[in-house]
Amino acid sequence: MTFGLQLFQFILSGLTTGSTYALIAIGFSLIHNATGIVNFAQGEFVMLGGMFMITFHSLLKLPMLPSFFLTVLSVAAIGLLLEFGPIRRAKSKEILILVMITVGASISIKGLSMILFGKNPMTLPPFSGETPLILFGAAIMPQSIWIFGITVSIVLALNYFLKKTTTGKAMRAVAASRRSAMLTGIPVDRMILLSFTFSGALGAVAGMIITPITTTSYDVGVILGLKGFSAAILGGYGSMPGAVIGGLLLGVFESLGAGLISSEYKDAVAFLILLTILFLKPSGIMGKGRLRRV
Amino acid sequence: MGKKNKIYLLAYALIIFLVPAIWKNNYHLMVLNIAALNIVVVIGLNLLMGFAGQISLGHAAFFGLGAYLSAIFTATFGFPLWPTIILAMVITGMVAYAIGIPTLKLEGHYLVMATLGFNVIIYILMIQLDGVTGGPSGFPGIPRLQVGGFVFDSDRKIYYLLWTISVGTLLLSLNLIHSRVGRAMAALSHNEIAARCAGIDTESYKVKVFVISAVLASLAGSCYAHYITFVSPGTFSFFYSIQVVTMVLIGGIGSLWGSVLGAILLTILPEILHAVKEYNVLIYGIILMVVLIFFPQGLFPVVAGIFRKRKEEARSGMELVPRKGP
Repeated sequence: MTFGLQLFQFILSGLTTGSTYALIAIGFSLIHNATGIVNFAQGEFVMLGGMFMITFHSLLKLPMLPSFFLTVLSVAAIGLLLEFGPIRRAKSKEILILVMITVGASISIKGLSMILFGKNPMTLPPFSGETPLILFGAAIMPQSIWIFGITVSIVLALNYFLKKTTTGKAMRAVAASRRSAMLTGIPVDRMILLSFTFSGALGAVAGMIITPITTTSYDVGVILGLKGFSAAILGGYGSMPGAVIGGLLLGVFESLGAGLISSEYKDAVAFLILLTILFLKPSGIMGKGRLRRV
Repeated sequence: MGKKNKIYLLAYALIIFLVPAIWKNNYHLMVLNIAALNIVVVIGLNLLMGFAGQISLGHAAFFGLGAYLSAIFTATFGFPLWPTIILAMVITGMVAYAIGIPTLKLEGHYLVMATLGFNVIIYILMIQLDGVTGGPSGFPGIPRLQVGGFVFDSDRKIYYLLWTISVGTLLLSLNLIHSRVGRAMAALSHNEIAARCAGIDTESYKVKVFVISAVLASLAGSCYAHYITFVSPGTFSFFYSIQVVTMVLIGGIGSLWGSVLGAILLTILPEILHAVKEYNVLIYGIILMVVLIFFPQGLFPVVAGIFRKRKEEARSGMELVPRKGP
């Protein structure tokens, strides 16, 4: 294999994992825009997505499509409950406290999953076969095509929802200014609830599409959450196109780091790039650059 | 630092040093020794969170730097013990300075992200540089703590040393926050712009507090390495960083006595939860959530309220500086 082809192969596999990072990063951005919170349970949503899919599809033998939607619904419901329960009931609305409540939620979900699903890593069969397709001499797994396809459709659908529908516009209004949104009669509480529900659904999808490639276990949430968080920062925290670009870039950097340097250092490479970006352009690649130096 | 705090500190030190006379169980003493070290880390972190209004999710890395630098310099290169601990503190402080300078200039929580990334990198380096660090299986054979030929080779002996360091850190930190510097820091955490207008160089204060808190974590890390005589990367993962932030919040942000309480409670809690085996992670998470939902000021005001009925007195007795929301 020539070096160019190898590079192409690395970039392709990087884009695959990068797509899921992008979905996780969008989840972070949705909640951040609505509330200002960094939701540390985002990674657990991804883990739950994989786990529920395994439960519905592999254990209960439901067909692929119903399992897929059942999983999305279940994890979305967990996202909803997280907001409706702990976040809404919290006595202090200070960001730091709310963020740490999501950390508590993340630990609880992890602990519960350990009891329910056990400690062994589990996997899903790929959505359609394992015969690689050859594109310009590089091998692509059919699962990668699924991942690209699903990610692109979700990003497009979400974009349509946020730009064209009334509810979507209301969500953006809340992100722009909570107070003015409230003054114009937008039910801010319901929009916040919606953002958590959507984040749960996005996490579920990310978990389901990545599990056939990476396998899953009760404790993958933390590192996946960190990756999605970094992707969001890389792209510019809170920006939707930024989340997508950040996710894809992080995936590619990581894959190049693993391929060209050493697979053990792939996470270090990813975070080193994150630190560099933070130091050079703290608002992220797509950030508005409206950071104030105090 | 006020007459009341002096009395409390004295009573606290007295109770602490009486414990090993009553408690003979070595395992329990070991848990308390770890608590003493956690207190040092948590007090440092609380100075940063409560008085500079910044959060670090990388204190496990500073703790780990202290531990590994100590281990490598003494065991591999045969450096003398105490100068090495100081050296580790200096190096860790310089690293924190390098991280703090670019990130603390910016408004917002950029330090969180930078420290978080730093934690992951340090953790991976600990595992991968196995020629120097021993890799995933850890670094054994670190020399024990000793002072002038007296080796602290039992949990009981080292108890006095570690708690002296722990109480000393509390004393110095209480002094610090009741000094001019401390008042400047409190002003800075309440409203940075107002503090600047009052002529406080907020940027340099934030960096200084961050460096101090990293240096304290390094000190605790070095003591940990020389106490357990073995370090492995698992101890210094991102999870420990979360744990110490949790300890600050459970005790009460901005309250140094609260940090003592939070660190002791959360060091002992997992040991108690061993009894419920599988459910320990779940219960730990639920306790954390419940405390944060219902007692966002931490548990210290609650506990203090039980001991002292009169609320006004409770407020003046402790150095609680409630941080305002954004």
